[in-house]
Amino acid sequence: MTAQTSAQTDPTGPARSTIDETLRAILRDVLGLSSERAAQLTPDSGLFGHLPELDSQAVADLLTEMEDRFEIIIEDDEIDGDHLETYGGLLALAEAKTATR
Amino acid sequence: MTTPFKFVEWPCPAVGGDTRSEAALVFDRGRESRLLVIPPLFDEANKLRHTLVEVLRRLDASGIDGVLPDLPGCNESLAPLAEQTLENWRAAAAAASAHFRATGVLTVRSGALLRPPDVPGWDYAPQDGRKTLRSMIRARIIASREAGREEPRDAIEAKGRAEGITLAGWHIGPALFTALEAAELPTREDGVTIIEHETIGERPAWLRAEPDFDAAQADALAAIIAVAMRQPE
Repeated sequence: MTAQTSAQTDPTGPARSTIDETLRAILRDVLGLSSERAAQLTPDSGLFGHLPELDSQAVADLLTEMEDRFEIIIEDDEIDGDHLETYGGLLALAEAKTATR
Repeated sequence: MTTPFKFVEWPCPAVGGDTRSEAALVFDRGRESRLLVIPPLFDEANKLRHTLVEVLRRLDASGIDGVLPDLPGCNESLAPLAEQTLENWRAAAAAASAHFRATGVLTVRSGALLRPPDVPGWDYAPQDGRKTLRSMIRARIIASREAGREEPRDAIEAKGRAEGITLAGWHIGPALFTALEAAELPTREDGVTIIEHETIGERPAWLRAEPDFDAAQADALAAIIAVAMRQPE
């Protein structure tokens, strides 16, 4: 197995890497990915509109799970295509919401 | 020794006071310990069904009978979903519990809202009505937005309360919509244990975008139930 990157050596800092790790774990659960595949998601990895199994209900469940795990509330008008289309967009949404928590 | 499961019919209270036949999947050898499973509502019922049948299969091998009934309007039922109410689903769950002489009840997710009284058991990862609706309403908002229409949550909720609404393909009548908005998880009576998903482990089946099955989860759920229900004979 690959070693986890420790928070100390992660240039983005511990808080950000924790959000990233949690979000990857959520996507792993939603999409049924292996941990290796989830770790390979890049900011450009396509999500809603790119993966047929990720329909509107799956995206809605994903957002609800993000609310639970990050203890945030995502308002409906905050959800736009840019946030859902790529992994980077979703991560930006999670980071913005946890920063204003 | 294992029993093949069978489908049987059971008399279920219908909206309006009649009784109609609904189906149930049963592992029934007339044993003392009998588990009734109340599945989640709506799409999560599909995502969990494989797991729940496998839990019953494992319990059967442990000497415990099991019943997974169709609620009216759900699964194979011919009753129209749009006419169902939370109250009638609760009556149906209680009738199933009495008819099949359940000695334990496992509810799953929103199925906890239908828990029959007076029978001990487990609520697995219970979810209240408001949360159940929240995700389905959000799915509709996202789908509408994709189709170029803006549908505010307020408007969806008002329509749901007034005339009912189709959310993610499920036609929810106004009485059910209103009742779900207010449906809180029951206070835990003696003998009912909450099983958090962390206890079971791995990815929650209801989160998967497509139905999936994890044998280890069925093993873990069945183990908790078997230890408590098995007769000390």
